[in-house]
Amino acid sequence: MIRALLRGLLSGSMALATAAHAAPRVKDTMAQRLLACTGCHGAQGRAASDGYYPRIAGKPAGYLFNQLLSFRDGRRQYTLMANLLAPLTDDYLREIAAHFSQLELPYPPPQAATADADVLTRGEALVTRGDAALRVPACIQCHGAGLMGVAPGVPALIGMPRDYLNAQLGAWRAGSRHAMAPDCMAEVAKKLAPGDISALSQWLAAQPVPAGAKPATALPAPPPLPCGGAPARGPESPR
Amino acid sequence: MKRALVRSALGVVAIGALLAALIAWLNLRGEDPLTPDAAAPASADQIARGAYLSRAGNCMGCHTERGGAAYAGGRGVPTPFGTVFAPNLTPDKTSGLGDWTAAEFWRALHNGRARDGRLLYPAFPYPNYTRITRADSDAIFAYLRSLPAVAQANRAHTLPFPFDQQAALAVWRALYFRPAQPEVDASRGADWNRGAYLVEGLGHCNACHASRNALGATATPLDLAGGLIPVQNWYAPSLTSPHEAGVAEWRDEQVVTLLKTGVSPRGAVMGPMSEVASGSTQYLSELDLHAMTIYLKALQPPTTESPPVSPRSSTAAGTGPGAKLYDQHCAGCHGDQGEGVPGVYPALAGNRAVVMQTPANVVHLVLEGGFPPATAGNPRPYGMPPFATVLSTDEVAQLLTHIRSSWGNQGAAVSALDVTRFRGVSAR
Repeated sequence: MIRALLRGLLSGSMALATAAHAAPRVKDTMAQRLLACTGCHGAQGRAASDGYYPRIAGKPAGYLFNQLLSFRDGRRQYTLMANLLAPLTDDYLREIAAHFSQLELPYPPPQAATADADVLTRGEALVTRGDAALRVPACIQCHGAGLMGVAPGVPALIGMPRDYLNAQLGAWRAGSRHAMAPDCMAEVAKKLAPGDISALSQWLAAQPVPAGAKPATALPAPPPLPCGGAPARGPESPR
Repeated sequence: MKRALVRSALGVVAIGALLAALIAWLNLRGEDPLTPDAAAPASADQIARGAYLSRAGNCMGCHTERGGAAYAGGRGVPTPFGTVFAPNLTPDKTSGLGDWTAAEFWRALHNGRARDGRLLYPAFPYPNYTRITRADSDAIFAYLRSLPAVAQANRAHTLPFPFDQQAALAVWRALYFRPAQPEVDASRGADWNRGAYLVEGLGHCNACHASRNALGATATPLDLAGGLIPVQNWYAPSLTSPHEAGVAEWRDEQVVTLLKTGVSPRGAVMGPMSEVASGSTQYLSELDLHAMTIYLKALQPPTTESPPVSPRSSTAAGTGPGAKLYDQHCAGCHGDQGEGVPGVYPALAGNRAVVMQTPANVVHLVLEGGFPPATAGNPRPYGMPPFATVLSTDEVAQLLTHIRSSWGNQGAAVSALDVTRFRGVSAR
């Protein structure tokens, strides 16, 4: 009897709560909340057509979370992003990262390369074998054999526009993009000549993303460099 | 002849010396002798109260660099005179408060002087903090002393001559600063007095919500008539005007909810106020928020002017390039008639923040977008995308002119020049 009464009361109060929160037109979803992101990053975060704002859909959650923290906390410099994220908490940023990481959307076709064959050969060599003389490891050693990244912290290198790749490698080389220490990508980018960066971007942007491709779950061998953004212990703990 | 020259030179020197003495005296008045600290260590209660009061004063907001250690300083406060960097408040011996006494801390808050006697820049809002009690100052000090020490050197202010001179600061203080005591207005209730203490003192609301003169001074801590925040160029609306952000017509709980969660049925906080809600007011007790509400609601408009109506454009809703842009980019969330979605997307029709005389904030919002703050009461806010990358300067002007003159709104047109003023966004 008492239990039935309680149940009645409970369902009654829940109905009230639902009625109070019912809002027309607007869905109580992360996608609706994050229209602020998809304005630039393209519908559902599948990249904008202008070739600069990168795809965020399907990237590993830890990587996305680290980037959100870095924009908010000043390791990455882009005023629009910094101001947008300034009032948001670690918890919400983690949820935002999880939302975009879980989207499985088709990728755009690759960009046709515009460079000569020898440039592309150099790009491919750097990606698959690295450059022992420069002490640059191969991209695939950290970003996975399929270059789709490794969950949770390492991003894909294919499926992104050439301009974006150039800008990011350039920013790391120039010291204007930072990751959590030890900043392995800064170390690598500083060893690359501008021509190498261009070769990498040309080759990477021209690679198709296989249907259904996802980040790898583990690397076959330990990474060649320690990386703060992708440590074995997972993304940075909240402030 | 020679004697007359000497005499007038002596006269000038004497007047100069008198003026200097007057300025020095004006700078030292109201100071208590520096007494040594009490031997008894701070109690847990005192530290907890200090933590709460530090939230009420949002000390962390300036004294923490983006992504930096809490209270370790380093954040720059941009002013028209240069950038003033907030120092380290952790108990570090070399750069923080390690060697300070409670009396020296009180003198900084109450009189605006550092431990070594240097005059402090009023970017540190001691013209407000001078009104807090010694007991509250001691509690905040006890709390700061309980933090982990962080060795982080203080950054030198980047102020050009003459603003880098102590003498210039002394003149400024002689003109605009007077130590004050917390006042109790016996004709008002306890709630109003508590609200006044928080708004005028610790909360230093008028650091933004007041206009400043050419030398960067506000009229009094009671002036909450609104002002453009220097350098950031966001307009902190008047808390006394029913046409801006006065809350006399609001229900008490709507004001409390806005300060507690960042959103309310009457609107959301955006821009620099986001930081205040997320770093300060969301942590305040219902009692204190209620007291602030009583005080804010009692602020009378200085004049009973009619709403600012000056429509230079008579674009009817549904026509013109602004209307097209609205349908394309805004109507999806804010509705065909600017009606918004309660609690999620603000209505634009009849929204005083939209039609306010200065278009500063709506230009910022369209260009930069934004989220209301994520708070315990609204942990997953809905955001608005930035349109700086999508719309041209002319388009933003057309769009805002449309919004400000549709659905009964009677705000002035926005020109491309207005938009240009705010286009080069700077990090907050």
